[in-house]
Amino acid sequence: MTAPAVHVFEHRLVSYRRTFRGSLFSSFLQPALFLTAMGVGLGALVNRPGNAALGGVSYLVFLAPGLLAGTAMQTAAFESTFPVMAAIRWVRSYVAMLATPIGVNDIVIGQLAWIAVRLTMVATIFVAIMTLFGATHSPAILLAIPVAVLTGMAFSAPIAAFSATQENAEGFNMLFRFVINPLFLFSGTFFPVGQLPALLQPIAYVTPLYHGVALARQLSLGTGTVSEAILHGGVLVAFVVVGVVACLITFRQRLVK
Amino acid sequence: MTADPRYHRGPMAQAQSPESSLIHARGLTKRFGDFTAVDAIDFDVAPGEAFGFLGPNGAGKTSTMRMIGCVSPKTEGTLTVLGMEPATYGPLIRARIGVVPQEDTLDQEMTVRDNLVIYGRYFNLPRAEARRRADQLLDFVQLTERAESSVEPLSGGMKRRLTIARSLINEPSLLLLDEPTTGLDPQARHLLWDRLYRLKQRGTTLVLTTHYMDEAEQLCDRLVVMDKARIVAGGSPRELIDQYSSREVLELRFASDIVESLDGQLEQLLDGRAERVERLPDRVLVYAADGEAAAVAVHAAGLRPESSLVRRSTLEDVFLRLTGRSLIE
Ligand SMILES: Nc1ncnc2c1ncn2[C@@H]1O[C@H](COP(=O)(O)OP(=O)(O)OP(=O)(O)O)[C@@H](O)[C@H]1O
Ligand SMILES: [Mg+2]
Repeated sequence: MTAPAVHVFEHRLVSYRRTFRGSLFSSFLQPALFLTAMGVGLGALVNRPGNAALGGVSYLVFLAPGLLAGTAMQTAAFESTFPVMAAIRWVRSYVAMLATPIGVNDIVIGQLAWIAVRLTMVATIFVAIMTLFGATHSPAILLAIPVAVLTGMAFSAPIAAFSATQENAEGFNMLFRFVINPLFLFSGTFFPVGQLPALLQPIAYVTPLYHGVALARQLSLGTGTVSEAILHGGVLVAFVVVGVVACLITFRQRLVK
Repeated sequence: MTADPRYHRGPMAQAQSPESSLIHARGLTKRFGDFTAVDAIDFDVAPGEAFGFLGPNGAGKTSTMRMIGCVSPKTEGTLTVLGMEPATYGPLIRARIGVVPQEDTLDQEMTVRDNLVIYGRYFNLPRAEARRRADQLLDFVQLTERAESSVEPLSGGMKRRLTIARSLINEPSLLLLDEPTTGLDPQARHLLWDRLYRLKQRGTTLVLTTHYMDEAEQLCDRLVVMDKARIVAGGSPRELIDQYSSREVLELRFASDIVESLDGQLEQLLDGRAERVERLPDRVLVYAADGEAAAVAVHAAGLRPESSLVRRSTLEDVFLRLTGRSLIE
């Protein structure tokens, strides 16, 4: 990172200190609640008739890596919408930065780097809780942390680029309602994509969450082939690259007039 | 990290700019779409002086300041700041100037001190140095007791002082102030003026915009009057008043029904004693070398104004003369 981007990152960190306790607490609470309710509770029903469709593992073990990727997506979506809008319009921290040696590209890099660190925190806590629940079969689960971060960034970069084009938060409500929530439900998180109507399956395959879930699950279960993993990872990286380029363009359009 | 070139002086930084100006502009133009906000203006700011842009709302003051501050690219013309081109050396220039924007960009939820320290970090100051300067500056703007408070509950004047303190964290040689005292009460304005005056005495070059003529007269060595995207006149406050106004002004207020019937009459009866007569909606201004003599002539002619007042000419009168409008509508 360039020196100015480090200072952008630092600003986000200083701001985060204010809300840090509550935010960390919910990072623990959320996965614990979900894994208990769905993995253990609902899982008891799902497991009964035999679980061939889940690849021969318990529902808890099937669900946990999907939920990890899904949670990374949700965190990324949140961190790339409201805080970005605030820094452009409400608190105007980006505007303040641009009067100093910091430039637009530094802002993009520093902001995204901060989101990546937030995702690392959330994913690490999530994996710790998964392990406590006995919801993983493989030490490779540690690699699921960077995979979750990559999944988050595959959303974060394009969404931040979108946020920079918005005048108010209305677009964000649409984004959560019509993109993030449906993806969370239908990308293989709670059940294999193969259960979806055949028409809908191709849609799932082109979204980043499907690939994030699949890759996290491979690592958690210790299954799947290397070439599959490379395909999933490649799709995620492509989303990040396109998103970063889009950010560099939309942030500049918005902030330099 | 410190090896980043933008924190060091640029190749042209020491070189003197055209006519040894700190800021040099020729034909400087800013357009937003088809709309021209700044229309081919020329000006130079010399090191150490206090230079003002005086003009009404929408004149193009902020657009000009943002180009000087290297946050808004020019559309046409020439501009150098500290001898450098903003398009090429923007970060380098910004490292050496201080900016007080028209609208505060303070972080309302952070503490007063954190606002200064994080801003110092943007200039790559080591953390300890940023903290040291923050404390010094809080003292300078009399906010030391509020250091640990968040910004939100501060009064408008305090926030403005904090923004000025923040703009000084990099020890700039050039300070850009966009309407530094708009919306403040007289006491807060005087405190700010005093601080700006001290900075000027230390050799800081000040460039400010205002639509208060008294502020311009108090602070500026030289100023330009802007109206509708153009510079309509320039000089020291004294020069402008000498050139565009009389020494004194007689302000007369008449009952509204009489005003109509006065058409041409005043000019006639003041013949020779007044340079010019200006009618405003609420009063009549008689520009004269000797205002008292003009008042006597008015009364001798049998006119009975509701009030009459003799004062010296101000920049407000200059603006009225140049544009036919008041500065604050
Ligand atoms: N980003 C922008 N897009 C379009 N028009 C703009 C933009 N910024 C400024 N303008 C227009 O340019 C003109 C000059 O604006 P500017 O802010 O420079 O005036 P000003 O002299 O600072 O006025 P004020 O005293 O109200 O601050 C105005 O008509 C304004 O609407
Ligand atoms: Mg303005």
